[in-house]
Amino acid sequence: MGKATRAAFGDAIMELADAHPEIVVLDADLSKSTMTQPFMKKYPARHYEFGIAEQNMIGAGAGLALCGKIPFVTSFACFLIGRLETIRICAAYNQTNIKLVGTHAGIGIGEDGTSQMALEDLGAMRSLPHMTVLQPADANETKQAVAWAVAHKGAVYLRLTRQNMEDVHGPDYKFQIGKADVIWEPASKPKHYQATIFASGGPVPEAMKAAKDLEGRGFMARVVNACSLSPFDDEAVVKFSKDSDRIVTVEDHNIVGGLGTAVCEAAAARACAVPVVKIGVRDFGESASPEQLYDKYGLSAPHIVEACLRNLN
Amino acid sequence: MPTATEPKTTDLKTLTRDMRVDIIRMIEAAGSGHPGGSLSIIDILAVLYYKHLKHDPKNTTWPDRDRVILSKGHACPALYTVMAYTGYFPKEQLLTLRKLGSPLQGHPDRMRLPGIEASTGSLGVGLSMGIGMALAAKADKKDFRTYVLLGDGEVQEGQVWEAFMAAPKFGLDNLTVILDHNNGQIDGPVDQIMPIDSMTDKLAAFHWDIQSIDGHDLTQIDKALAKAKTVKGKPQFIAAKTIKGKGVSFMENNIAWHGNAPKKEDADKAVAEIMKNG
Repeated sequence: MGKATRAAFGDAIMELADAHPEIVVLDADLSKSTMTQPFMKKYPARHYEFGIAEQNMIGAGAGLALCGKIPFVTSFACFLIGRLETIRICAAYNQTNIKLVGTHAGIGIGEDGTSQMALEDLGAMRSLPHMTVLQPADANETKQAVAWAVAHKGAVYLRLTRQNMEDVHGPDYKFQIGKADVIWEPASKPKHYQATIFASGGPVPEAMKAAKDLEGRGFMARVVNACSLSPFDDEAVVKFSKDSDRIVTVEDHNIVGGLGTAVCEAAAARACAVPVVKIGVRDFGESASPEQLYDKYGLSAPHIVEACLRNLN
Repeated sequence: MPTATEPKTTDLKTLTRDMRVDIIRMIEAAGSGHPGGSLSIIDILAVLYYKHLKHDPKNTTWPDRDRVILSKGHACPALYTVMAYTGYFPKEQLLTLRKLGSPLQGHPDRMRLPGIEASTGSLGVGLSMGIGMALAAKADKKDFRTYVLLGDGEVQEGQVWEAFMAAPKFGLDNLTVILDHNNGQIDGPVDQIMPIDSMTDKLAAFHWDIQSIDGHDLTQIDKALAKAKTVKGKPQFIAAKTIKGKGVSFMENNIAWHGNAPKKEDADKAVAEIMKNG
C-alpha cells in the first residue's frame, strides 16, 4: 500500500518550498491532519495558523495571493466547502492564485463519521468559474498535481484522501491537466470492452480490483483515472464510448455533481451512444472502517463488478 | 513617491461637495444603486485618497502602493467618484455605472477596473483579504499599508469577527479598518435589526488600537488616519460616526434611500441642496 494523498501533498510542498519562496501555507487547527507540520517546522515564517476559522483563512489566502504569494490553504474538504461563499468571492470571482487543499474526502475517512466527510465539494467546486478541480489517485500523481498547481496562475482545488492509496501510476507517468489516463487494461488489449470504468480518488484501487476480477471471468474492462475534474477530459468519454458497451463511474462523493455527472455531461453533449452507470454515495455516511463503508455504500470492487455486468434493461 | 494632488482642507471640502453631486448624478443615470451608504463614506474616502494614500493612478500595479478594500462594496459610487477625481479614469465614465460593458460594476470588480484591489459586495469577506495583504507586506518587509472600509450592518457577518480575532494575533500594525457607522441597513436601523453596539469596547478587548471620530469632519478623519500610521504592533480600528445620506436632507437617516436611485426631480433637488450648503 502506498501513501495517503494528503501525505504526498505534505511531501510535495516540502520538495517545492526552496525553489518557490512565494509558497506559504495556511492552516485552521488541522495541520497534523493536513500534513503541513513539516513545512510549518522548517519554514515557520511562511506558515500561518488561523485557528478554527476557515472563512477568514480562505479570505486571507486570497489577500496573500493578490500580493504575489502562492498560498496553500488547507483543512478537511468538508470544512473548506462549508465556506463556499468566501471561496466563490475570494478565490473564484477575484481570480486569485490560491490553492485550496481539502483533505479527508468522502466516506473513506471511516470512523470519524458523517460530519467530517466531504461528499458535496466536487459539485460545488466544479460549478465555479476560474476554479481548477483535481483529485489525484496516488502519491506520484499528487506530487505532480501540486507542482502543476504551483506553476499554474489561478485558483486550484485539490481533493485528497485520509486513507492510504495504492500506487497506480508507474514512475514514468506524466500528469496532464484536463486529461484522464488509462491505468489498467487487460494484457490481451481487446478491441471491445464490456465496460470502461472511470474512477477518481479513494475508490480507484477498488476499480482496479473489479477490472481484474472481471478479466478472470472473461469480461473485458479498463480503468480510467480521472484526476482532472475541471477541466474534464470529455474526449476520453467520447473515445471509450466507441469500444465499450457501457461506462461505469466510481467516486467517493455524492452521486450528484462529481465524476459521474461530468461523464454524463460529456456523453450527452457529444451524443455518445453508451449507457452510464454511476456509482457514488447516495446518502450521508456513518462511522465504521473505510473498508466496511465502501462495501456498505456500494463503492467496493464487488459492487463495481456488479455495475459492469448488471442487466440495464 | 507618486502622490495625488494635495489640496488644502478647504479645497477638499469643495471637492467632497462636488463628489456628492457626482454620486447623485451617477446613481440617477444608472437607475439603481446605493446613495445612502455612498454619501456616508465619501468624506472618509476623499481624505484617504487625497491626503494619505500612497498610490499612483497611472500605475495601478505598483507593488509598493497602499491597498484599499471597500468591503461594503455597495457603496462603490463613492469609491468610483474618488478614483475618477484622483485620475484613475475620466470623470465622464462615472455615468456608465451599472451599464453593460462598464468597468464600473454594481459592486467593485478588480478584473474590470484597474485600481480596485479586491472584488467585493458579498458582505463580510473584505477584511480577511486585507489581512492577507497586510501579512504579505510583513513577509516581504514592504511598508505599504492596507485600508479596509467596513459597513456597520456588515459587522453582523461572522467572518468579520474571525478577522477581528486574527489581525491582532499577527500584529498587523500596517492594517487600518474604518467602520462606517451610519446605523442603517436595508431592513431598518442597525441597532434594531441586530445590535452591534459598543464596537470600540469590543475591538479594544480584541486588542485593536481604537479611535472614534466624526466621519464627516475632514480634520478629524485626517488626524485619525495620521495617528493610525504611527501605531506599532496593533491593527487600528477607526469608528467613524456617520450619517446615511449625508448632505441631502431628505435622504439623511432615511432607510428608503439605502438602495434606491433618485429620479430626475429628486436628483435635481438633492444637487441643489448640496450646492447651496456646500
